[in-house]
Amino acid sequence: MLRWLIGGSREPQGLAEKSPLQTIGEEQTQNPYTELLVLKAHHDIVRFLVRLDDYRFASAGDDGLVVVWNAQTGEKLLELNGHTQKITAIIAFPSLEACEEKNQLILTASADRTVIVWNCDTGRQVQKVSCFQSTVKCLTFLQRLDVWLSGGNDLCVWNRKLDLLCKTSHLSDTGISALIEIPKNCVVAAVGKELIIFRLVAPIEGSLEWNILEVKRLLDHQDNILSLANINDLSFVTGSHVGELIIWDILDWTMQACEHNFWDPFPQLDTQQEIKLCQKPNDISIHHLTWDEENVFVAVGRGLYVYNLQMKRVIACQKTAHDSRVLHIAKLPNRQLISCSEDGSVRIWELREKQQIAAESVPTGFFNMWGFGKVNKQASQPVKKQQENATSFLLELIGDLIGHSSSVEMFLYFEDHGLVTCSADHLIILWKNGERESGLRSLKLFQKLEENGDLYLPA
Amino acid sequence: MISAPDVVAFTKEDEYEEEPYNEPALPEEYSVPLFPFTSQGANPWSKLSGAKFSRDFILISEFSEQVGPQPLLTIPNDTKVFGTFDLNYFSLRIMSVDYQASFVGHPPGSAYPKLNFVEDSKVVLGDSKEGAFAYVHHLTLYDLEARGFVRPFCMAYISADQHKIMQQFQELSAEFSKASEYLKSGNRKAFAVELEKKLRDLDYTRTVLHTETEIQKKANDKGFYSSQAIEKANELASVEKSIIEHQDLLKQIRSYPHRKLRGSDLCSGEVDHAQDQPGPASTTSNLDEYADPDPYTCRPAYTPKLIKAKSTKCFDKKLKTLEELCDTEYFTKTLAQLSHIEHMFRGDLCYLLTSQIDRALLRQQHITNFLFEDFADDDRMVEKQESIPSKPSQDRPPSRSLEECPIPQVLISVGSYKSSVESVVIKMEQEFGGEDCKEVEVAEMNSFDLQGNLDYLDMDMKGSVSSGESIEVLGTEKATSVLSKSDSQASLMVPLSPQVIRSKAASHRTISEDSIEVLSTCPSEALIPDDFKASYPSAINEEESYADDNEGAIHFQASISLTKLGEPEEGSLENTSSQADSCCTGKDSDSLLVPLTTPVHALSDEDGVVSVPPQRYRQKDPGFCVDFAVENASPSSRDNSSEGFPAYELDPGQLLASRDISKISLDNYSDTTSYVSSVASTSLDRTPSSAQLTERTPSSAQLTERHKKRAGQNALKFIRQYPFAHPAIYSLLSGRTLVVLGEDEAIVRKLVTALSIFVPNSSCCAKPVKHWVSSPLHITDFQKWKLIGLQRVASPASAGTLHVLSRYSRYASILDLDNRALRCPLYRGTLVPRLADHRTQIKRGSTYYLHVQSMLTQLCSKAFLYTFCHHLHLPAHNKEVEELVASRQASFLKLNLGLVNEDAKVVQYLAELLKLHYMQESPGTSQPMLRFDYVPSFLYKI
Repeated sequence: MLRWLIGGSREPQGLAEKSPLQTIGEEQTQNPYTELLVLKAHHDIVRFLVRLDDYRFASAGDDGLVVVWNAQTGEKLLELNGHTQKITAIIAFPSLEACEEKNQLILTASADRTVIVWNCDTGRQVQKVSCFQSTVKCLTFLQRLDVWLSGGNDLCVWNRKLDLLCKTSHLSDTGISALIEIPKNCVVAAVGKELIIFRLVAPIEGSLEWNILEVKRLLDHQDNILSLANINDLSFVTGSHVGELIIWDILDWTMQACEHNFWDPFPQLDTQQEIKLCQKPNDISIHHLTWDEENVFVAVGRGLYVYNLQMKRVIACQKTAHDSRVLHIAKLPNRQLISCSEDGSVRIWELREKQQIAAESVPTGFFNMWGFGKVNKQASQPVKKQQENATSFLLELIGDLIGHSSSVEMFLYFEDHGLVTCSADHLIILWKNGERESGLRSLKLFQKLEENGDLYLPA
Repeated sequence: MISAPDVVAFTKEDEYEEEPYNEPALPEEYSVPLFPFTSQGANPWSKLSGAKFSRDFILISEFSEQVGPQPLLTIPNDTKVFGTFDLNYFSLRIMSVDYQASFVGHPPGSAYPKLNFVEDSKVVLGDSKEGAFAYVHHLTLYDLEARGFVRPFCMAYISADQHKIMQQFQELSAEFSKASEYLKSGNRKAFAVELEKKLRDLDYTRTVLHTETEIQKKANDKGFYSSQAIEKANELASVEKSIIEHQDLLKQIRSYPHRKLRGSDLCSGEVDHAQDQPGPASTTSNLDEYADPDPYTCRPAYTPKLIKAKSTKCFDKKLKTLEELCDTEYFTKTLAQLSHIEHMFRGDLCYLLTSQIDRALLRQQHITNFLFEDFADDDRMVEKQESIPSKPSQDRPPSRSLEECPIPQVLISVGSYKSSVESVVIKMEQEFGGEDCKEVEVAEMNSFDLQGNLDYLDMDMKGSVSSGESIEVLGTEKATSVLSKSDSQASLMVPLSPQVIRSKAASHRTISEDSIEVLSTCPSEALIPDDFKASYPSAINEEESYADDNEGAIHFQASISLTKLGEPEEGSLENTSSQADSCCTGKDSDSLLVPLTTPVHALSDEDGVVSVPPQRYRQKDPGFCVDFAVENASPSSRDNSSEGFPAYELDPGQLLASRDISKISLDNYSDTTSYVSSVASTSLDRTPSSAQLTERTPSSAQLTERHKKRAGQNALKFIRQYPFAHPAIYSLLSGRTLVVLGEDEAIVRKLVTALSIFVPNSSCCAKPVKHWVSSPLHITDFQKWKLIGLQRVASPASAGTLHVLSRYSRYASILDLDNRALRCPLYRGTLVPRLADHRTQIKRGSTYYLHVQSMLTQLCSKAFLYTFCHHLHLPAHNKEVEELVASRQASFLKLNLGLVNEDAKVVQYLAELLKLHYMQESPGTSQPMLRFDYVPSFLYKI
C-alpha cells in the first residue's frame, strides 16, 4: 500500500503481499492497545520477562542484566547487576506466606554458570551459587516441597537457603531443555528426544537425605523436544522439533494422544518453488505451547494451531500466522490469543466459531497460497484444512502491534496494565489501552487538584 | 534576493491602501494631518525617519581625563547601524550630563582618600538636531592610576523614538543596572588586585628607604642631619602615609559589597552572581573571605617594584581600557547583557508594549501556555516569576518608607555631619601643604561649580524652559514629582538638599550645550537609591562639601528636629553616626562594618533564592547575542535558494504531468483510496510566485521574530500550494507524527520549520520536531518527535528507510515532497479549515503566524475546559459504566465546544498533554507515551 513511497515497480519486497499471511488493515477497532511506551535499559537481546506482582515485572537478556520495571508507569525500578554473561533462565520465587520477610525474590541463571537470588524490593543480591558444572538452562520451583530445581547437564535440587540437597548424575551434554512438575513428587525433564521422569524423595523419619531417582524414560519423540507444559491435573503435553504434539497422562505417563499432521498437506509440491516462497518451508517445530480448559494452543513454525483436548483434533489453525517463526503465545481470558514472532510483530487473535462449515470446506489450492498475479480475496482469509472434516472454529486476526524492529522474544500480559513485549532490538515496549489510560490520568489529575486544594466541588 | 511573495504582499497592500483615497474627500476639519516624515520614508510608523541611524543601538562612552568624552564601542558593533550618526558628538553630550561629579581623594572630613560608592545615575536626554533620544546610564569605575581614582563611563541606549525611551524607562533602567553591576563587580575585583600590587610595591619601597636611612644614620654621627637625610626621611614618611592610604582604600573596596547590598534593590541578585563574592554564607565568613588575600597576591610571580617619589603625570601614561578595568570575564558578561538589552528593546514601542502585555497575560495561563508558546519566552517568564516574589518582601518596605519621607532622609545625613564639618577645617589646615592639596582643589572646584549652579536653581526647579537657545526641560510626571519635592524643601528653608544640587549640576552642564533637551533627570523611583546614597558614609563627603560651602549647615542644624521623622531608618542613622565618629578617629573601616552586618546577612539569604535564575539567563545569553549574520549563515541552508527551486517551480506543464502520473498510479492501486483534489489547480494558480525560496531555516529551536515570520510565510505557502494541507495539519495537531520525506535537505528543513508552528509542545523544554534525519526511523523516534524531516536517498540503501516507514505507517503520516503526495488519515473537521484556509486574505508571514497563534490559543482554552471539567471524566456514582462517561465526553466536545468529527481528537490529544504536564513533578524528565489510533490512512496526491 506504500508502493508509491518505494517507487520501484518490481521490488523483491512484495513478500508480505504474496504470502498468504493474513493481514489486517490500519483500522483495528477491536485492538485496545492505542498507547505505547518504549522502555530502554538493556544493551542486548531481551529474552525473558517475568511477572513479580500486580504491577511489577522483571526483564532479563543477553547482556546479563536484570531490570525491574513498574508496569503501570514504565518506570525503571531497579537494575540488578551481577551476571557476567547472558541470562538463561529466570523465575520469580513465590514469597512464603509465613515468611518473616515478605520480600519478593527472583532467581536467575546465567551462562556464567551461576545462579543468583535477588531481592526485588531492595535490588540486593541475596545469595549466589557458582558451583555448577554446566550452564543452568531451566529453573523450576516446587511449591509443595519448598525446593527448587535447576536443570543443566544434570538436575540439582536446592532448598530455599540454597543448600544443595541432591543431584542426579550427568544426563547429557545437551542438557535439560525443559522441566515441569507433575504429581506424586515427580518432575519431567526434556533431555534431547527423551522425556525423563524423576521422583524426588523427601526426607522422612528414616532417612534425612533428599534423593532424586530416575523413574522412567519416554522415547516416543522423533526429534528434540522443544516445549513441555502441564495442561491440567490429568495430562501434560510435549512438542518436538518435527511437529509432534503428544499429550501424556500425568499419572501413568502414557501417551493419550498424538498429533503430527502439522506437516504441509501438499507433498506433491515442487520443492524448489516452495523454497522461493519462504525461507523455511519445513519449519514445523513446536516452539511454544499454551492451554486453557479445553484447548491446547500450539505455535508450530509460523502458524498457530488449536488442538481440542476432547475432540482430540485440531479445531482451528492459522498456517501462516506470522512471517516468521512464532516464539511465544498466550491465551487471554476473553478467548483471545496473542502471539509474537521473529518477524517483530505481535498479533492478537480471537477464536471464533465458524458459521458456515460447508461453504468453505474446500478452499484450498496451491495458487491461492502462492498468490500469483492478482491477489485473491480468498487468499487472505484463514486457510484451514483438516483432511476430511473441516474445523468448526477459526482464528481471526483482530489486531497487530508493530513496534519492534527485530524478533519479539516474549511478552507478558497484565490484566490491568496491558501488554509488555521484549525483543532482540534491546527494547521493551509497554502497550496500553489508551482510553483506559486517559481515564486514569484524569483521575490522577483530579486527585492532584484535590491535594493542591484547587478543586472546586459544588456542594 | 527579495522573495517574490514579499513583493506580492507589498503591491497588494498598496492597492488596499489606495482605496480610501479614491473615496470622496473628507471635510477639511476631519482630515488627519499627514505624517510629517512622509516625504522621507514611505512607512509612517518608522520613527527613525528623522534620525541618522537605522535602528536603536547602545553606545558606551568614557569621559577620559586625557582626551575628554570619547565613544568606546557600540552594540551591535556594526557601522551600518549608526550610519552617519556622530558618535563623538553624542558622547560629548551624554557624558556632559553626568551628575555624579564623583569626588574621590581627601575629603575635608577625613585623613585618607575616600572612595565614593555612588549609585549610577539614569538620565534620559534628547538631541532634536540629531533626532536621537537616549537613556543614559552613568557609572564610575575605579582605577588607581586615574585622577581621583575614578573613571566615569556611561552606557546609552540610543533610539529615535522618544516615547520608547520614556515608557520603557523602568525596564531599561533595570537591564542596564544589571550590565552596570557586572562592570562594577569586575572592576572592584580588578581594583583590589591592583591595590594589593601597589601595596606590595610600597612596602618594598619602604624597606629599601628604611635601610638607606639607617645606613645614612650610621654613616653620619655628627648629630645633625644632612639635607639628604631629611629628604630621605620625608620620602619615607610619605611612603608610610601612602601605605596607610592604600590599605585604607583596600579596606574600603573590600567592604564595598556590604554597604552596597544594603541599599541596592536592583541588582541584589547579581551581586551573588559575581564569583569572587560570597554566597549566602554567614556574615563573619563573608568578612573572612574578604580578609583573605586575593589569589593574585598569593602568587609569587609578582615581584614588587621600587616606587619613585614622583609619580608620572597622568598624561604620560596609557589609561587602562574598559576590558582591563574590569575582569575579562565580567566584561564579556557585560557585553552579553548589553546585546541582550539590544535584542530586548529592538523594534517599535507598540510592539514592545504589546509583547509585554502578552507576556504578562501568558504568565497567568501557566497550565496551558506550554502547548504552543515559544518556550524561550516561557523560560524567561519563569525566571521573572521566581525573582519577583522575593524582591518585594525584602526590598520594598525600606524603599517605600524612603519614598514617603525622602526629605528627612537627606536632612539626617547632612545634619548629623555638623561635627565632622568642623573637624574638616582643622585637618585641612594641618595638611594643607601636603600632596593632598590637589584633591582639595578638586573639591573646591566642585563647590565652585555648584555655586554657579545656584544661579539656575530657581528656574530649573519650576521646570520652566531655560534661557538656552534650544534647551527644553521636558518634565514628565515623574520629574514633576521630584520638583514638587524640592519645592517643599525650599519652603522648609533648606534650599540645598544634596539631591537637588546634584540634579541641577546635571542640568547646568547641559545648559552649556546648545541643542540638548533634558527630558527627565531621574524618575522618582530611580531617585531613591540616590537619596539612599546620601546615607552612605562615604558618599556623604560629596554633599558635605556643598553644605560647607553654601553655609547651609546652619539650616541643617536648625532643622535637626526633623530627624525624628526619619527614625524608622535606623540603619542610616547608625551609619551616619559611625561615619561621624570615624572621621575623627581615623580608623573608620572597622567601625563601619559593624552596623552593616545585619543587612548583609539578610540579603545574602535572599540571594540564595534568586541566585539560580541569573545563571540560566547567562546560559541563554549567547543565543541572544548571536548576530544576525550568524543566524543566517547556516551553511547547509545557504544554497537552498538555488537548489530548492526546481521542486517548487510551478511549471504548468509539469504540474499537469504530475497530475497525470498520479491518476495512473491511482489506477494501479485500486485498493488504496486516493483523493485528488479538484482545488489543486486553482489553488496553485493563485500563488504562482510562491516558488522562490529565500528562506533560511533556524538551526536553533528558538524562534525569533524573524523565524516566526518566515515560518508563517512558508506555512502559508504550504497551505496554498497543497490541497491536502488540512489533513497534514490535522495530523500534527492530533499528535500523529508527520514525516516530511524529501531528497533536498533545505526544502525539507524549510517545510518542517514552517509546519512546526502547528506542533503542540509536550513540555516546555523543546518542540518535538526533528528537522532532518537520514537514518532509518525507529519506534522511539515516533515517541519522541511529532514532526520529522526524513531524507530520501536514491540508493538501494534507502530501501530500508522506506521499509521502516511503511512498517510504522500506522504511527505516522507521510508527506512526500518529491512525489507531492500525502498519506494520512481522513480529516472532516471544521477547525483546520479555519486555521489554514488556502483562500485566506492574509498575505504576510508574521500576520499568519499570529493568526495561527490566536487560533491555537482558542483551541488551548477548549482543551483546558475539557480537561478540567470534573464531571466529564469521573463517574457520577460508582455504578456508572465507562460508556456513559465516554458519551458524556463526546457530547461535551460536540455540543459545548462545537467540535465535529476529527476535531474532537485534537482537543483530546491536547487534553492528554495538559494532564501529563500538570502531573509532571519535574518538567521535562519523563518522555510522553506514543498515542495512536487504528484509523485507515488515505493517499492524497496532486
